[in-house]
Amino acid sequence: MAGHDHYSDEALRSILRRCRTIAMIGASPNWVRPSYFAMKYLQGKGYRIIPVNPVAAGQTVLGETVLGSLDELQAPVPMVDIFRNSEAAGGIVDEIIRLRDDKHIQVVLMQLGVRNDAAARRAEAAGLEVVMDRCPKIEYGRLSGELSWSGVNSGIITARVLRL
Amino acid sequence: MNDGDRRYGMETRAVHAGARPDPATGARQTPVYQTTSFVFDDVEHAASLFNLQTFGYFYSRLTNPTVAVLEEKIANLEDGRAAVACASGHAAQFLAFFTLLEPGSHIVSSRYLYGGSVTQFTKSFARLGWQADLVDPNDPDVVEAAIRDETRAIFVEVLANPGGIVVDIEPLVEIARRHRIPLVVDNTLATPCLIQPIHWGADIVIHSATKFIGGHGTSMGGVVVESGAFDWFASGKFPGMTEPEEAYHGLTFAETFGDFGFTMKARTVALRDFGPSLSPANAFHLITGCETLPLRMQRHCDNALEIARHLETHPKVAWVSYAGLESSPWHGLARKYLKNGFGSVFTFGLKGGFDACTRMVEASGLFSHLANIGDTRSLVIHPASTTHRQLTSEQRATAGAADDTIRLSVGIETVSDLIRDLDEALERA
Repeated sequence: MAGHDHYSDEALRSILRRCRTIAMIGASPNWVRPSYFAMKYLQGKGYRIIPVNPVAAGQTVLGETVLGSLDELQAPVPMVDIFRNSEAAGGIVDEIIRLRDDKHIQVVLMQLGVRNDAAARRAEAAGLEVVMDRCPKIEYGRLSGELSWSGVNSGIITARVLRL
Repeated sequence: MNDGDRRYGMETRAVHAGARPDPATGARQTPVYQTTSFVFDDVEHAASLFNLQTFGYFYSRLTNPTVAVLEEKIANLEDGRAAVACASGHAAQFLAFFTLLEPGSHIVSSRYLYGGSVTQFTKSFARLGWQADLVDPNDPDVVEAAIRDETRAIFVEVLANPGGIVVDIEPLVEIARRHRIPLVVDNTLATPCLIQPIHWGADIVIHSATKFIGGHGTSMGGVVVESGAFDWFASGKFPGMTEPEEAYHGLTFAETFGDFGFTMKARTVALRDFGPSLSPANAFHLITGCETLPLRMQRHCDNALEIARHLETHPKVAWVSYAGLESSPWHGLARKYLKNGFGSVFTFGLKGGFDACTRMVEASGLFSHLANIGDTRSLVIHPASTTHRQLTSEQRATAGAADDTIRLSVGIETVSDLIRDLDEALERA
């Protein structure tokens, strides 16, 4: 994708259609944390979410066993969602680049508020698609129309029934 | 194509924004979901909804599909991130301030306000422990000096009711940013057709949708719009946004919902717990009205300017306060901030004072004597004897509603008919 200040709806829609298995780095077993909300919502939409969090390795979150590292993932995992701060995202991106072919990773997504342009450039040079400062739950909700149920401006103008 | 990537004009958005075909039935006009409640898929779904972990409807006090269309439409027209609708403009102000303020908090407000807001801020809010200072918003030094440690917002009506006053919001944006507090702008009289305050740096925009948005005098309603740009964490002054909320098991609104966290909190705490919800039927009327907002606003503004110019030359008229007139002290600001026109609510003074005003109001045959504004019909009122009567004479004068003042809300009728009617009424004044 060209530029990281704006992503087209078409590009985001394509990613959410293609990537039905998502590794979620920093997924929390604490049910009031944002990552838990996102995981639960996306599971409800038919996504497989694999939690990765060394602090909680071996625990079960929403029916999934938490992995200690990305190395433990079973391919294919088309998307990795980074629920860590912008600085930590740099090292994680390097790990993803190392595992790209092995785990069939296509897309790196950094959560809302997470942005690391240098890491994004490295990932893109390695052939990965990068989205930063976005939440897959919120984008799914926006593009499917569900976010509008809470009065959020989807920006979508259409005379057709909205489908993701 | 379902395209959020293109820019659309105000007229297209007024018709289409938020109002896509109904996903359940394909209904092209927004259906009125006249229901209090929505069934859960199962117990787990219910738990997710109550915990705010998924989007969905369960009880119309919080969310309703018809109301949601209005919310997204207004959020879109204001180029905001999200909106919550409620029963009236006054309720909208309450939702916004309940979400921003704690007991002991303080706001700095423009003194050019709708009289009912002066009472709400200085009397009823005071009982909740919220203090308000009403100051001249066009003197940045005065605004700055009124700010205290406990100040949590600056509030203005950008085009003020009733006096045709325009507030210079750019310096206020600077002051608000310096103090890390939001600028809250009421945009009821201008509507997004004349100004989008968020583009100038406002953080929260409030509407009485009862007025021009609905436009036909049928339905009460209010809306709070959030820009999504205010950084609650960087501010550090709003623990209610940035610290775990006990009412939701320790959820942190600004973290979990990011740039629409304020709207979520206003809805799921203030609206939920105080209950001034918008009815689906009223939402439907407001949506239908809003579809023609740009068309109506143009006619409202064109008629008002012609009438203001006419009144300015009338021998019984002492003064006219309309920002569209070159004689107005607010004309320069109006040219800077407003596009397409200068609004349709303004005041003028009669040389004959209080008694002449009451005679004139009672003599009009086409202007309806009532307390609303923003109707298709032209409206007239004498604020000193009605909307502003609970204020002191001094408060009335500073609010632009002195004893000799008449307020018009110019409608969309044939302008020559309106001018003839005013002339006849003035003759008997």
